[in-house]
Amino acid sequence: MSNSQKTNLTLRFWQVLLLVVVLVAWHLASADNNFAFFFGQPVEVAKVIWTWFVTNADIYRHLGITLAETVLAFVIGTVAGLAFGLWLGLSRGASALLDPYITAANSMPRVILAPIFGMWFGLGIWSKVALAVTLVFFIVFFNVYQGVREVPSTLLDNARMLGANRKQLLRHVYIPSATSWVFSSLHTSVGLAFVGAVVGEYLGSASGVGYLILQAEGTLDVNTVFAGIVVLTIFALLLDGLVSLVEDRLLSWKPKAGETEKI
Amino acid sequence: MPEAALSLENITCTFASNDGSGKSYTAVKEASISIAPGEFVSVVGPTGCGKSTLLNVGAGLLAPSSGKVRVFGQELKGVNARAGYMFQGEALMPWRDALSNVVAGLEFAGTPAAQANEQGREWMRRVGLGGFENRYPHQMSGGMRKRAMLAQTLIRDPDIILMDEPFSALDIQTRQLMENEVLDLWMAKRKAVLFITHDLDEAIAMSDRVVVLSAGPATHPIGEFNIDLPRPRDVAEVRNNSRFVELHQAIWGVLREEVLKGYAQQKRA
Repeated sequence: MSNSQKTNLTLRFWQVLLLVVVLVAWHLASADNNFAFFFGQPVEVAKVIWTWFVTNADIYRHLGITLAETVLAFVIGTVAGLAFGLWLGLSRGASALLDPYITAANSMPRVILAPIFGMWFGLGIWSKVALAVTLVFFIVFFNVYQGVREVPSTLLDNARMLGANRKQLLRHVYIPSATSWVFSSLHTSVGLAFVGAVVGEYLGSASGVGYLILQAEGTLDVNTVFAGIVVLTIFALLLDGLVSLVEDRLLSWKPKAGETEKI
Repeated sequence: MPEAALSLENITCTFASNDGSGKSYTAVKEASISIAPGEFVSVVGPTGCGKSTLLNVGAGLLAPSSGKVRVFGQELKGVNARAGYMFQGEALMPWRDALSNVVAGLEFAGTPAAQANEQGREWMRRVGLGGFENRYPHQMSGGMRKRAMLAQTLIRDPDIILMDEPFSALDIQTRQLMENEVLDLWMAKRKAVLFITHDLDEAIAMSDRVVVLSAGPATHPIGEFNIDLPRPRDVAEVRNNSRFVELHQAIWGVLREEVLKGYAQQKRA
């Protein structure tokens, strides 16, 4: 076993130990009824999760809905952000005209829009998708906008000298360059799509993991709230891992950390 | 005199200054250079004198404030379609592997992919990159990227080749290798070349004619020297030729003062 693997393993050991210590401390403290009322009990939390996934198996529907909202919001937000970013990045006039409004829309606390979306799209999944789209859109939009503006001029001149017309410049230079910026923001945008979906559910819905948490809070069932949080966290980690996998596949042309590059 | 492949006639380039002072900067003034078909012309001058500006005008990437550009007698409008341009900086598309970069020009022109790729492989072998078709630019060394750029430029078989200090970033050994390779390729095809460099040795070793530019602003040619060294040349060996030394002394006599002027100006700025 190499040295670095060894340190890695030692690190893992301490990380797990830390988790165990926190859980045990939580468990011991929750013997106190007052503490248990506010912070729940780890054993009860585990029981709730077990019921959700095994005994009743009723969480899959909610998870499926939250996931569907996340994916829809991610796809719609990314496509819209890409299109808008390309358009404004390439058209000086439009970007000059819309600039203050974009800044305003981006600085607005967009969670406030949730009730309006509820009114427009009802309590089904679409009001949650709409809220998450507003979060994803701006991340992608700004990245693409920046990406288009910062295509190195040598790259553009070279493509023009090689005979590329406007359409070919867009297809072979601007879009690949912008896409690489979209991928660099992939982790953030997938994360925000998930946040948007859950927050939307939490603010008013009839299904989804956010809805489960909302209901449990209504009955002061702290253990279920914590169980919901744990499930959401694990789910978010899984999503993030998936994004890393996709990224590795699609961005093979990008230098990895440790590799030197020169553009 | 036969029709010039590329002629720049009384080119003046004045740039508006972007600090809002309303001042303008004349980079190039009343400059005329003409290159015959098959001729290898180098342009030397002090750093920052507007050599690249002139080249961009010849490429049609930059419209001159006044003056005319003629390509085989035709007045140039827009990008110069008969020219290939090898840039000083990194110009390869980082999201394409070496082969797709090399064939980009053919792809833009609508050549069928199979034919383009076959030609691309052939050119990659010719510039010594056989077997590296699937490398991405960041996986190649500086010299390999230059080779790929050379293949990318030459695969379109341009009648005029513009080169902007293409080897300035390379170490001396790689550089001499590349210079010899470019000379070999040029000897085989005999296209018109406009080669910009700040290295006088390189200019003399490679060219038929060396044009010396004055220090900026308002750069213009101040001297022309025919290089009557026999071909084929080896860029490393030719430096020991007594005629090379003579020419070097003569050109350096003109260039020296301009370099000092340019240096003094940069120090002031």
